[in-house]
Amino acid sequence: MQLKNKQDFWSGVMFIALGLGFAFKGATYQMGTAARMGPGYFPFWLGMVLALLGAIVLIGSMLPKATETHIDRFDWRVVFLVIGSVVLYGLVLKFLGVYISVFLLVVVSSLASHEFSWKIAVANGIFLVVFSYLAFIKGLGLIFPLWPSFLGS
Amino acid sequence: MELLDHLMLGFGVAFTPENLAYALLGCILGTLIGVLPGIGPVPTIAMLLPITYVLPPVAGLIMLAGIYYGAQYGGSTTAILVALPGETSAVVTVLDGHQMARNGRAGAALAIAALGSFFAGCVATLLLAAFAPPLAEVAFKFGPAEYFSLMCLGLVGAVVLASGSLPKAISMILLGLLLGMVGTDVNSGVARFDFGIPELQDGIDFAIVAMGVFGFAEIMTNLEQKENRVDITDKIGSLYPNKEEFKEAWPAVIRGTALGSALGILPGGGAVLSSFASYTLEKKIAKEPKRFGKGHPAGLAGPESANNAAAQTSFIPLLTLGIPGNAVMALMVGAMTIHNIQPGPQVMTSHPELFWGLIASMWIGNLMLVILNLPLIGLWVKLLKVPYRVLFPAILVFCTIGVYSLNYNTFDIMTTAAFGVIGYVWSKLKCEGAPLLLGLVLGPMMEENFRRALLLSRGDFTTFITRPLSASLLAAALALIVIVALPSIRKKREETFVEEG
Repeated sequence: MQLKNKQDFWSGVMFIALGLGFAFKGATYQMGTAARMGPGYFPFWLGMVLALLGAIVLIGSMLPKATETHIDRFDWRVVFLVIGSVVLYGLVLKFLGVYISVFLLVVVSSLASHEFSWKIAVANGIFLVVFSYLAFIKGLGLIFPLWPSFLGS
Repeated sequence: MELLDHLMLGFGVAFTPENLAYALLGCILGTLIGVLPGIGPVPTIAMLLPITYVLPPVAGLIMLAGIYYGAQYGGSTTAILVALPGETSAVVTVLDGHQMARNGRAGAALAIAALGSFFAGCVATLLLAAFAPPLAEVAFKFGPAEYFSLMCLGLVGAVVLASGSLPKAISMILLGLLLGMVGTDVNSGVARFDFGIPELQDGIDFAIVAMGVFGFAEIMTNLEQKENRVDITDKIGSLYPNKEEFKEAWPAVIRGTALGSALGILPGGGAVLSSFASYTLEKKIAKEPKRFGKGHPAGLAGPESANNAAAQTSFIPLLTLGIPGNAVMALMVGAMTIHNIQPGPQVMTSHPELFWGLIASMWIGNLMLVILNLPLIGLWVKLLKVPYRVLFPAILVFCTIGVYSLNYNTFDIMTTAAFGVIGYVWSKLKCEGAPLLLGLVLGPMMEENFRRALLLSRGDFTTFITRPLSASLLAAALALIVIVALPSIRKKREETFVEEG
């Protein structure tokens, strides 16, 4: 048997896994009866149906007449830098305050671009810090930790 | 006349200086972000959504509607000038709109799109005001079983019309429904799927999922494609369509408006379908079909009007039944719930000022877009030239600040990041995010009605098919699936999606 539709194959695997996962976890809650449903009833059956549909997708991907697809390469560098910069922002926000965190987010994420340049990244960082100050803190009055917490306030 | 009274009430609300200002701000912000290449209406709205939370409900929703129209209009501008459709319904705009721009008629194309959309918006707003009250009357007769079946129909309709692989799209809906289960169960108070994390007990905010799956994932896919700098048409040319263009465009505008208004009401986003349908219609009845795809004004005017009319009338199922037809409407539902307004037939009676104010402000928003955008086109063109390396960090900043301001905790930022990674994987597997978002928003409502229906019938599942209204809704949903699964139609449908991709 040859795997023709790789996209659908892995989607099917994912749906089955997630469906069963939700169903098993759902089964740990009280099920109840159809007339008096417990918190587990609806998610359990929903999970089962998802797993079933996943199986359909999976089988469909292995049929001889399935269209041939392949999965594009994952660009882990981009993922790491973009998501990493957001996670970094989330980690340091409470500690370093919004100005430094925004600046870090901009500079680190800029590394993900193939046309990165320090000058532009830093300038963009400064611009966005000023913009955030004017639009979100002055303009909308959102409450952020502004400066590093160890400097005292 | 009642309709006039209602509209008067609406305009009374919408014409306060404060609400006008928010409508204007929404239009400007929406266009500003919507015009940036590679950002469609869904991420635009998701990004700007948290801003509207700080406003009073009426002002917040008015601003949101402004953002929506702005984002849509901004999307058409990018479609015409750089051939980058931000969403599926703008794909058709590219065909003839971008060709007109290449022929040196960019200004005229933008003006036709704006005026056509404005006309469609006016008609659709009137339709909305006229049809919403009687439809809400019908909705009051709905019991939980009918609501459940209606949601099934809405969800099925949304994927049948708008997505590639049907089983995958339905799976994504189910996954969305399951994600909607996360959090405290309203009936028993049990926290489900929270894995002991207190932040998850309130459920996963749909804005987080939308920003992760649409915003972050899109950034990553855009960054991958190294050389996607496109040729931007510098010469806008005259803003006024010449006599010939005008003559060819206006009948198409009227046909497009009619088609779009009708299709937009259908549960399950009519915007995509209507722009495709309008383009096909124009091509069929044209004297010289060969000119289509080479910059025929009718090929631009028809779909653009249809698209806008459908966008407007798709508010009808949302406001009267509480059923969102597409991802944008799902975001609207979320926004309304945050303001403690449960979308549905009762909105009209419990919050008449909100309901009619929103409708009136839709019309005002459309007018503002025409006044605002035609003179500002030069500015939008400049925005199109902002390089992506400067743009995407800015999107990240907006998203993270917006997410943080939802609950003022950093856990939400992490969740968004996680959904970004998941969304990236999904985009590789060609699993669409829009059905997931619909499921997520409808999940709790669907479970609630499902449980209530079975409670009332004492656990008898036949309640869904013995009640005539519920049975016919389910039958319609089933029919949609069967029709799409039929080999002949399936082939045609796939062809359409191939053309579009």
